[in-house]
Amino acid sequence: MRRISWFNATSLTLGFAFLYIPMLVLVIYSFNANKLVTVWAGFSTRWYGELFRNEAFLDAAWVTLRVALVSSTLATVLGTAAAYVLVRGGKFYGRTLFSGMLYAPLVMPDVILGLSLLLLFISIGLDRGMMTIVLAHTTFSMAFVAVVVTSRLVAFDRSLEEAARDLGCTRWDAFRSVTLPIISPAVISGWLLGFTLSLDDLVIASFTSGPSATTLPIKIFSAVRLGVSPEINALSAILIGIVTVGVITTSLISKRAIMKRIAEENRADT
Amino acid sequence: MAEKPRKPSQVVYAPWEDPQAKPLIEFRGVTKKFGEFVAIDDLTLDIYEREFFALLGPSGCGKTTMMRMLAGFERPTEGDILLGGQSIVGVPPNERPVNMMFQSYALFPHLSVWDNIAFGLKRDKLPKDRITERVEEMLRLTRLEKFGHRKPHQISGGQRQRVALARSLAKAPKLLLLDEPLGALDRKLREETQFELMDIQEKTGTTFVIVTHDQEEAMTVASRIAVMDNGKVIQVDTPARVYEAPNSVYVADFIGDVNLLEGTFRRTGPERGEITYSENEPPIAAELFEDIPDGQTVSYAIRPEKIRVSAEKPEDRANSAWGTIIDIGYLGNVSTYHVQMAGGQMVKAAMTNSTRLDRRDFTWEDEVWLSWRETAGLVLTK
Repeated sequence: MRRISWFNATSLTLGFAFLYIPMLVLVIYSFNANKLVTVWAGFSTRWYGELFRNEAFLDAAWVTLRVALVSSTLATVLGTAAAYVLVRGGKFYGRTLFSGMLYAPLVMPDVILGLSLLLLFISIGLDRGMMTIVLAHTTFSMAFVAVVVTSRLVAFDRSLEEAARDLGCTRWDAFRSVTLPIISPAVISGWLLGFTLSLDDLVIASFTSGPSATTLPIKIFSAVRLGVSPEINALSAILIGIVTVGVITTSLISKRAIMKRIAEENRADT
Repeated sequence: MAEKPRKPSQVVYAPWEDPQAKPLIEFRGVTKKFGEFVAIDDLTLDIYEREFFALLGPSGCGKTTMMRMLAGFERPTEGDILLGGQSIVGVPPNERPVNMMFQSYALFPHLSVWDNIAFGLKRDKLPKDRITERVEEMLRLTRLEKFGHRKPHQISGGQRQRVALARSLAKAPKLLLLDEPLGALDRKLREETQFELMDIQEKTGTTFVIVTHDQEEAMTVASRIAVMDNGKVIQVDTPARVYEAPNSVYVADFIGDVNLLEGTFRRTGPERGEITYSENEPPIAAELFEDIPDGQTVSYAIRPEKIRVSAEKPEDRANSAWGTIIDIGYLGNVSTYHVQMAGGQMVKAAMTNSTRLDRRDFTWEDEVWLSWRETAGLVLTK
């Protein structure tokens, strides 16, 4: 391997330091024995224990997870359907308008989206709770799913669907047995995107949540406003851990899939 | 297949000449418009059972639209299409006894070769052992036995082409449509595959309709060719007739190489006429069966290989002209001489190189005589 030049080494170090030192500090302090977050008083896993005894945090985490699962699944179904119609539906009245409007939630400030949803829920008399958060998250995740799936469908060879129909499939059969399996990577990444966005979201959730349901980001945010507690550090460290494992696993899986494919193609050529 | 393979050498297969024969496919006054654009213009055409029928024409002539109407992906704007006497307009693709082999092959990348071939059979809800039997049969027919478990991206282009063929034949359709089936193969493989296709067509007794822009391919495989231009069928005939008796300048020019000399017609006998094409040359004597008024401007079409190049003026030929060799195209088996005649017209003459190169008779700038028989060319009025 080639030695890297001092310039590259410096920029690499600076860049990574910039990105990861804050998180590193947070993780280190999550093992602090002291109640005061910024004063180091020795190693301890005490706050992790405290965290798991804190009902409010656990409840919020459970709500967040359920909201993310349900809303990303709904968004995937709706977003895929929307993408399919916009790419495959041929020319119909208002198609350009629809595809333009699909991108609106992507660029709209979260505050506006949250506020308008809140107004809608109030005006139709829907009690705010888990259901309203799910609806709100579905709304904006759907746009992301549709964008991801659209870009895959545009590159999709249409004659594959025609071949399926030619061989005896109805339109729905052709979609289920040919289109969906082939575009599934895009659908899955759309789902993952929706899931992550829903886990992350603070602004829209705080507009649409009610007293009956609070998500983890809201809980953390309101807890931090009263002062950073070591428990929050512990919780954040756990989240960082989960995300890291997730990212590494996904990239390993996709890298292995690519390697396998290249090996197979080489074998086919010889 | 229970069908006994037919032997074309014993029985002349020409149902289109039999007025009793019932066509398998009938296009009746079919017009297809895309918005304002007329893709197919009032087309009437019959295709018979067991035919290997070629739709030939330049891109944009409507041949693919015709095929897609047969497959059920497009609906005619006007007119009717019958299959076995029944209208198939409005029948969705999945309910037609018609299968198609796509130009891109359209193999399902997520399924193995075996599952690709079994795809249509599974839709028919056939019992498992019937499916296995049929897939094995198709793999044997297309010599793919060893590749059943591979995915489409793990096999070569030629093998993919055969998988596509096997998949479209698996359901034993009444009619198989082939959209530029050999377009993606290199020349050598394409020629081999043409004969394989003909062989498979004879073995299975299926009616094949092939779309191609390659006239050699159409000539090789087809029992009849429809030459198309701008949404119209210009001529439907056997390859030999299309080549030797084109009905128009367009067909003569599209199929193979041809010299076209424009001139004025004059009748000289019951089946004789002459064409004056140049002030410096004697008129061309031609045989003809058409009724053409004297003085009409006609095109005289003659294939290069029908013209003989010689150093001396031949006495035994009805037509001869004198010229200078401008260019020689050496193709190995034949050489094409571009000869400029006294009137300035360029005429191509092809001679078989039956001797080795060192004994070739003519070279650039040589003055030569071109000669041909009375029956060698055709008088065309359109």
